[in-house]
Amino acid sequence: MSTHTNSAVAATSFKGPARKKRRTPEQGGHPAWGIAAWAVGLLFVAPVLFMLLTSFHSETDASTNPPSVFAPLTLDGYRAFFGAGGGTTPWPPLINSLTASVLSTLLVLVLAVPAAYALSIKPVSKWTDVLFFFLSTKFLPIVAGLLPLFLFAKNTGLLDNINLLVLLYTSMNLPIAVWMMRSFLAEVPVEMMEAAQLDGAGLVTMLRSVVAPVALPGIAATSLICFIFSWNELLLARTLTGTVAGTAPVFLTSFATSQGLFLAQVCAAAVVISLPVLVAGFAAQDKLVQGLSLGAVK
Amino acid sequence: MSTAAPAAPGPASELTPEQRTTYQRPQGQAARDRREARRRRIPLLPALIFTIAATQLPFLATIVISFMDYRALRPDQIGFTGLDNYVQVFTNPTIRNSVITTILLTATVVLVSLVLGTAIALLLDRKFLGRGAVRTMMIAPFLVVPVAAALLWKHGILNSGYGLVNGVLTWVWSLFGSDSPPQPVWLSDHPLLSIEMSLVWQWTPFMMLILLAGLQSKPGDVVEAARMDGAGSWQIFRYITFPHLRRYLELGGLLGSIYIVQAFDSVFIMTAGALGTANLPYTVYATFFQQQDYGLASAQGVVVVIGTIIIATFALRTVSSLFDEETGR
Repeated sequence: MSTHTNSAVAATSFKGPARKKRRTPEQGGHPAWGIAAWAVGLLFVAPVLFMLLTSFHSETDASTNPPSVFAPLTLDGYRAFFGAGGGTTPWPPLINSLTASVLSTLLVLVLAVPAAYALSIKPVSKWTDVLFFFLSTKFLPIVAGLLPLFLFAKNTGLLDNINLLVLLYTSMNLPIAVWMMRSFLAEVPVEMMEAAQLDGAGLVTMLRSVVAPVALPGIAATSLICFIFSWNELLLARTLTGTVAGTAPVFLTSFATSQGLFLAQVCAAAVVISLPVLVAGFAAQDKLVQGLSLGAVK
Repeated sequence: MSTAAPAAPGPASELTPEQRTTYQRPQGQAARDRREARRRRIPLLPALIFTIAATQLPFLATIVISFMDYRALRPDQIGFTGLDNYVQVFTNPTIRNSVITTILLTATVVLVSLVLGTAIALLLDRKFLGRGAVRTMMIAPFLVVPVAAALLWKHGILNSGYGLVNGVLTWVWSLFGSDSPPQPVWLSDHPLLSIEMSLVWQWTPFMMLILLAGLQSKPGDVVEAARMDGAGSWQIFRYITFPHLRRYLELGGLLGSIYIVQAFDSVFIMTAGALGTANLPYTVYATFFQQQDYGLASAQGVVVVIGTIIIATFALRTVSSLFDEETGR
């Protein structure tokens, strides 16, 4: 009897891990569906590829109609963007963006992880109300608080100060982080924690051996999402910073009006500034939905 | 830690859980509960206080300023004026137009990207060669920094002289031997459409991801059973897939609305609010920055919030229904 079952299991696993899936995906069907999917995918990625290709073209080749796809490649666009030829250098804005994004993400984690712990593992009473309060603040449009923030910054001398952006990006991302971290920590096996506690394990041991394995991937995904949102932000940065603390998106706005042939340079700028987000986004691909839907969809 | 497991049997461990509770109750259980509740609240408080301070206080200040005559250029006239700013918000044709623009822009972008997102999610839910690659390609537009995407569309894709769209038109027309392809001047002839196209391009991946997650959480056995019973593809979609997807559609639509109502970057970059494309966030920004009429800008901000609250109420309900399902209550 038992050998029979074993051989059945062996036969199943031989067919590969796909067999183990709980859900059988839709049937492949006609190859036309695959071709259609590829066509749509290529259509959506085409502007990104065009941006990448044009960033490596000379300005003359970048402004032809139809586009010169096979024109020789050059780094002139990047050289122009990084300030060769007397333009302003993009390094201070890039460093400002990095500072604001990284520091605010760290601050978000410091605040969100304990809060998520208090909303999942050792929940406070009425924890769902608290959770939904966090979410509701995310629905408050940024323009609604812009003016008081500006007046506050002006009166306290924080205008054009990167630390103010760090704090504001923290408040912008904290609800997302609390929701995401809660949905990760909800998967911590509480029974195991209780067992460990009965075994006399201290809080630190328990956090390290039971909570951390589940929480760390969640912390990584949450950080990447918060980083992306901070890096992308324009309205607050545009309103509250100037020449000193201006971020990369603010720097990009100077390209809004065209000055003769400069498409290659614009594309180079867009590539450089989007690169961190593309890297972070593809790294967090699996958790992207969870973050964007505030943890509602896995 | 397992070495501590068979620790010396204290008096408490010899009791059953029920006995233990009755044993402890006389010794001020209520006080202990209160202490425990307070201890549980501690890790929550920093985040909660920070959020209240950083989001609620500025908004309260906005409400106060919205009832004031507060123009930076006329500091001698600062004072309360009652509902004057709100009267202006609802009677000034420029502001009324920006309300209409906001509704049009948001509704168009949300609906189109939702329909496209659903169609593409259905395609990607099938098995085909290179599915992962196509999924990655689809996500790329969402991972271009919004300002960069707006610049790319303005100068690279829609430029009437050398943009990608008109370039492709030239190329296609030349394939058929024509040297007079249509070359629309997108940004000045169709300004709102141009902004909508760039936003649809960025937001379709978002919708697609949410709907794909919805499709992949669909119970496969139900579909299989229906197929055994002779249900066709359309019937399966109509009676099983679609009802299952409904809440994901709602969630995508509502979250998308909340984000796109706030769309500032693309309007600011692509048209700078000209040619009837100024939506509310842009108008608030312009009233505040260019006219420096702080009272009016605040009243506009409050109106945006009221509009958002209406959408958000529905969004919260959808999120909480998905949430209840997840936690099993």
